[in-house]
Amino acid sequence: MQDAITSSAAILPQLPKAPTGIEGLDEITEGGLPKGRPTLVCGSAGCGKTLMGIEFLVRGILEYDEPGVLMAFEETGEELAANVTSLGFDLPGLQAQKKLKVDHVHIDRSEIEETGEYDLEGLFIRLGYAIDSIGAKRVVLDTIESLFSGFPNEAVLRSEIRRLFRWLKDKGVTTIITAERGEGSLTRQGLEEYVSDCVILLDNRVIDQITTRRLRIVKYRGSTHGTNEYPYLITEEGISVLPVTSLKLAHEVSDEVVSTGIPALDEMFGRKGFYKGSSVLITGTAGTAKTTLAAGFANEICRHQRRCLFFAFEESPQQLIRNMRSVGVDLGPWVEQGLLRIEASRPTLNGLEKHLVTLHKLIGEFRPDAVVIDPISNLVTVGNIAEVRSMLTRLIDYLKVNNITALFTSLINGRNIQQEMTEEGVSSLVDTWISVRDLEGVGERNRGISILKARGMAHSNQVREFVVTDHGIQLLDVVIGPSGIVTGAGRLTQQMQEQAQELAAQQEAERKDRELARKRRVLEATIDNLRTEFESVEEELRQINQEEQVRLEKLTEGRKQIATPAKKE
Amino acid sequence: MEGEGSLEQTAAEYVLHLFITGATPNSTRAVRNIKEICEQHLKGRYELLIIDIYQQPDLARQEQIIAAPTLIKKRPVPLRRLIGDLSEREQVLTALGIFPGALRENGHE
Repeated sequence: MQDAITSSAAILPQLPKAPTGIEGLDEITEGGLPKGRPTLVCGSAGCGKTLMGIEFLVRGILEYDEPGVLMAFEETGEELAANVTSLGFDLPGLQAQKKLKVDHVHIDRSEIEETGEYDLEGLFIRLGYAIDSIGAKRVVLDTIESLFSGFPNEAVLRSEIRRLFRWLKDKGVTTIITAERGEGSLTRQGLEEYVSDCVILLDNRVIDQITTRRLRIVKYRGSTHGTNEYPYLITEEGISVLPVTSLKLAHEVSDEVVSTGIPALDEMFGRKGFYKGSSVLITGTAGTAKTTLAAGFANEICRHQRRCLFFAFEESPQQLIRNMRSVGVDLGPWVEQGLLRIEASRPTLNGLEKHLVTLHKLIGEFRPDAVVIDPISNLVTVGNIAEVRSMLTRLIDYLKVNNITALFTSLINGRNIQQEMTEEGVSSLVDTWISVRDLEGVGERNRGISILKARGMAHSNQVREFVVTDHGIQLLDVVIGPSGIVTGAGRLTQQMQEQAQELAAQQEAERKDRELARKRRVLEATIDNLRTEFESVEEELRQINQEEQVRLEKLTEGRKQIATPAKKE
Repeated sequence: MEGEGSLEQTAAEYVLHLFITGATPNSTRAVRNIKEICEQHLKGRYELLIIDIYQQPDLARQEQIIAAPTLIKKRPVPLRRLIGDLSEREQVLTALGIFPGALRENGHE
């Protein structure tokens, strides 16, 4: 055995792997299960061990053209086929194509009597026959531990199981062996002793009455692997393991902008809204109109004949519609037109993974342009913060890949306004972060809205006061008082003061105007006087001038008269 | 490897199928033991079919054989599966529904 491992390692720089085709699992195992070797999948009841085995076979057939044998110790072929039909796995069809062989091993303890020495060669022959008849590359043994209930001689059984695994390895088939989780050990019968290549542990944990499924690779000889516990889901398409790194941050982005639903809020963004496909977070303390903002956004999406999916974790659809109608946002018609879908459920109804499945499923079904989750903070009641964070990461990734605009609201506890970290720590995941907060002044509380970040977009730095009116949310103009921006009654006082000042200033201006007019009149009168004076002087001068002329004429005439008689003689 | 398989299938009180794996020691012993038991206790009342599952692997599946050798008592009901080389005579007789006392009586003869 040791020789086989070292020699294969010498030939190949990396352990050959058989991809499972199970979403996420190949990423954690960095390529799949060890090819040609047995892998032990253990877990408690209801973990999806059998499903993982079947999916491994079905995907192997469909995606990698590797025929498979399923040896079922617990359920019959018909039962198994029926169980996985809902996942779209057509076991009878694959059997008919000679790609899959299902062998149900029936063990009835009451029929069996030990009468001497024996081995389990029958099992080997059946398995060998099944493998050879279709050229199988993959084998699933589900659940081989059932043998222990059928055969009393444990020593024989153990040596035979050891021989079986050895034999499977020699046959070069990639095998999954499922086993029930035991007390204090990985498997009830200590099968992990015999399978040394790869052990995957499935866990079905109930924390605070909420079930979460997790997967961990306990060991993987000869290969690196993800060591964390990864949540996994059993979805309509089979098992989906969700490593946080599933997204390589390489999604397409849109340059399109969608409106926030509030014109004045749009104005605060450089591009007048959110980018389509981006994720938006609205955080705020209780009663800061987060839901109203979210509903306004949903309304705006629907107004453009686009689809919106609204997950309400606090209110029923009817309650939401009624409440939003009171602030002038009527969601009712959109629901009737099928543009808006409101999914209301208590977060505690399901585990986080189940919520994620529901979200995925509904998003897949409804194909929305935008998704609203109100609020994500409630999910913390279901899982711990790290889990919620990883779930949201995956959700955001999923939405981004599908170019769906996402809007989340989140409740921030505590009165500390500076506390701008959200509990879920998702702030680094979102593209746009809007904070609504109480601006608490003397004897009153007002609401303020500000943009904490908006990736890829210039945005206003102001904290704007807003009021929720019958016609939706109205942002008020910025009023700056002596000590910064003023709000509420202060704003009104400030406005009144400003009006009074304005009036006084106007009156003063009018008074000055009048004064000026008076002065002008006085001046004009003086000018008139002077002009009259000047005219009289002018008149006098003209008179003198005229008299002088007359006198001169007279003189000239006199001289002429003197000269004339002398000439006549 | 098939012996006495040609007996008529209808009349026999005991219908026994023995599944063996070639000529392994366990199988050889089982064949010897069952033949002995049948001759001793069920003479003329039985039909014994010996099947080598190496030769007929599909039968192993049909008959739900896991351990080898396995003797299936098809008749009389209830159906029983006797695994092992059938060397523990008393248990074999009990399982086959032959009264254990019969062993002693016959043994004394």
